[in-house]
Amino acid sequence: MAVLRFWLAHRAEATGLLEQHVMLVLVSTLAAIALGVPAGVLSARRPHLGRALLVAVSAAQTVPSLALLGFLLPIPFIGGIGSRTALVALTIYALLPIVRTTVTGIRTIDPAVVEAGVAMGMTPRQLLWLVQFPLALPSIIAGIRVATVIGVGTATIAAAIGAGGLGEYIFRGLSMVDTTTILAGAIPAAALALVADGLLAWLERRVARGRATTRGLVQTAAAAGLLVVLVASVAYARTTVATVVVGSKNFTEQVILGEIVAQAIEAEGGVRVVRKLNLGGTFVCDRGIRSGDLDVYVEYTGTAVTAVFHEAVPHESRQAYERARALYARDGLTVTGALGFNNTFAILVRGGDAQALGLRTIDDLQSVAGRWTPGFGYEFLQRDDGYPGLVRAYGLGFGAPPRSMDLSLIYRALADGQVDVIAGDATSAMIEALHLTALEDNRRYFPPYDAVPVARTASLLAHPAIGRALARLAGHISDRDMREMNAAVDLGHRDVRDVAARFLDRIPRS
Amino acid sequence: MLVQFENVGFRHAGGPPILSGLRLSIEAGQMVALVGRSGAGKTTLLKLVNRLLLPTAGAVIVEGRDTREWDGIRLRRRIGYVFQDVGLFPHMTVEENVSVVPRLERWPAARARARAHELLDLVGLPPPIYAARRPRELSGGQRQRVGVARALAIDPPILLMDEPFGALDPVTRAEVRREFVRLQDRLHTTVIVVTHDIAEAFALGQRVGVIDGGELVVYDTPSRVASSADPRVRALIDALPPLPAPGSR
Repeated sequence: MAVLRFWLAHRAEATGLLEQHVMLVLVSTLAAIALGVPAGVLSARRPHLGRALLVAVSAAQTVPSLALLGFLLPIPFIGGIGSRTALVALTIYALLPIVRTTVTGIRTIDPAVVEAGVAMGMTPRQLLWLVQFPLALPSIIAGIRVATVIGVGTATIAAAIGAGGLGEYIFRGLSMVDTTTILAGAIPAAALALVADGLLAWLERRVARGRATTRGLVQTAAAAGLLVVLVASVAYARTTVATVVVGSKNFTEQVILGEIVAQAIEAEGGVRVVRKLNLGGTFVCDRGIRSGDLDVYVEYTGTAVTAVFHEAVPHESRQAYERARALYARDGLTVTGALGFNNTFAILVRGGDAQALGLRTIDDLQSVAGRWTPGFGYEFLQRDDGYPGLVRAYGLGFGAPPRSMDLSLIYRALADGQVDVIAGDATSAMIEALHLTALEDNRRYFPPYDAVPVARTASLLAHPAIGRALARLAGHISDRDMREMNAAVDLGHRDVRDVAARFLDRIPRS
Repeated sequence: MLVQFENVGFRHAGGPPILSGLRLSIEAGQMVALVGRSGAGKTTLLKLVNRLLLPTAGAVIVEGRDTREWDGIRLRRRIGYVFQDVGLFPHMTVEENVSVVPRLERWPAARARARAHELLDLVGLPPPIYAARRPRELSGGQRQRVGVARALAIDPPILLMDEPFGALDPVTRAEVRREFVRLQDRLHTTVIVVTHDIAEAFALGQRVGVIDGGELVVYDTPSRVASSADPRVRALIDALPPLPAPGSR
C-alpha cells in the first residue's frame, strides 16, 4: 500500500524513470544483438577466432557491474556521467549470452541439413541466410531473452552514474534506509523483467514452430532500432538547449544540497537545470565535473584535499578552504563561498549524561572514560586520523575496548545504552531525534569538512545564474539547518524537493 | 559420355586410400546402380561427381570438363542430389523445400511455385494437401518423395542418389522405387544410385557396378553381374534371400 501511495505521489517521476529504464535495456540489447549475432556467426565459422572471442566476452562478463562502470567512466567518448557509459556497460554484459547462443545455435544444426544445402549449390552466404541462420534463430532468441532479463536487473546499477532508470529509487531508498522507496524501484524492475521474459518466450515459441520468418524478424529488429534512434535523437535535441547539470553524491544530505543548488539556479532563470543526483560517490562526482558532464556539485573541504588531491588537511577551517580552492583552481574548477556548515565527525553522548555530568567538550570525557564503553564505525576504528589518533590527542583511556558496528546502527546503540560514546556525523538527523549531544572538538583534532560548492570555471562564466545562485547560498546553511533537513527527509519521509524549496524560501535573493 | 572416372583415386590427407584406380563411363540417360558394403567408398564416389570432393589421383570428367575446372556452385546447380537421410530443410514448407534450387537460380516466384507444384504432382503428393506442410508432418516415404522432387526441380541433366530408399519400410520402399523407375523412364535423366542393397541395385540399375575395397570389381548389365563368377560379387549375391529374377524390373 505504502508503495502504491508512493507511486501516486511521484507519478510523473516514476513514469519517467520506468521509461529511462526501458530505453537503457532496449538500446543496449539492440546494440548487443547488432554486434553479438554477427560475432557469433563469425565465431561459428572460424573456430580459432571464435574461441578467442568467447574468452573475451566471458571475461568482460565476470567484471562486477559497479567496477565496470568505474573503469569506463574516465575513458573519453565512451565514459562520463550519464546514459552513455551505462549503455556501453549494459551492451558488454548482453554480449556473452547472445554470442554464445548464436555459436551454439549454428554449430548444433544437423550436419546432413547443411551438407544438403552445399550439395544443392548454395554459396556460403546463401547457406547462412537460407539454412543456418533460420535454424539457429530459436537458440539466438533464447540468448536475447537471457540478455534482456539480465539487462533489466543490471540497468538498476546505472543510476549510480546518473543514467537514471528505476535504480534511482533503489539507491535513494538505500541511502535513506527506506524500504518503501527501495520497493518503488525494485517491484517495477522485477515486473519489467517478467514481462520482457514472457514476450521473448512467446516469440521463441513462434519461431520454433516456424510461424515467424527470418525476414520478418530482421525487419522487426530493424524497425525497433530505427524507432530507438528517432526517440533518442529527439531526446538529444531537447537536451541541447542551454542546460546546467547539478550533481550530488548518494546520501541524503548530498541529495538535499544538490536539490537546493538546482532550485537556486532555476530561481535565477535563463537556464534549464538537469539533476544528476545520487551519483555513486566522490570519485564519480569528481570525474563528472572534470569531464564536463557536471557543472556544479557540493564537496567537503576535508574530503577534497584528502580524497581528491591526496594531501594532508590543515586543521584550521579557513586554511583547509583556501587549500581546496587553490588546488581546484589549477584544474579549471572554482570553489565558491562555503555554505556554512561543517559535516565533520562528531563525538556524541546521550543528552541526559551530558547534562548530569556537565560534559561540553571532548576534554570533559577524561573524567568518565575509565567507566565507559565507546562504539565506532569500522572505518573510524581503522583510520589513523580516527580512533587511535583521538585517544592520543585527548589522552583518553576507555574502560572497555571499543565496540565496532555499522554506522547506521551506532546512534541507536548509544541511545539504547549499549555503548556510552560514539563518533557520528555532525549533521546526522539522529542527533536531534535521539536527544544526543555533540561534544566540542576543543583541541581541533578533526579536520574541517566544510560544505563548499565546486563549479566548472567555464560554466560560471557562461552562465552567470550559477554564480548568483551560489552567492545567495553562501554562509546560509548552518549545522542545525542541515540536521533539520536531514531529519525531515530521513525520519519525516518528506519529499526532498519540498524540503529544499521550503528552506530556499527563507534565504533572501541578493 | 556424360560422366567419366579416369583412373580415379581418393584419400583424405594422411588417411588410407578410399578409392583407387577407378574407371567408369556413364552415358546420358542411363540409370546406373553401384553397390557395395558400407565403407566401400560409395558416398565418396558421388561427392567426386559434384565436386564436394576432388580426386587425389586421376580425373573426374562431367559433361566433358574436369571437375577441377568446374565452378563448384555452378556444377552443383546442374546436379540433383537425393540424400541418404533425406536432408530436407526442417524450417521450410514442402513447397519451399522443392523450390530451393529454382529460387537460388533466381527464377520468378510464380514460376518457381508452379514448378514445385508440378513436381509434387509428379511424385504423388497433391500440392493442395502437401505444399504448405512441414517435413516433420510427413511420413518417411512422403519425405523421400519430397527429396526426389527437390532434386529434380530444375531438370538437372544428372541425378545422384545416396541410399535413397534405405530408410523406408519394405512395402513403401518397393512402391517408391517403382514410381521412381517410371519417372526416370519419362524424364531420361542420367541417374547414379549408390546402395548397399544388391536387390535394390538390380531393381533400379540398367547397369550395375560392384565396389569393393575402393575398387570397381564389375560393371555390367544386371543379368551378367548376377551370373558373375567373381567371389566378391558372389559374396554379395549369396547373402541375399531368394531373388526376384534379376533385371525383371
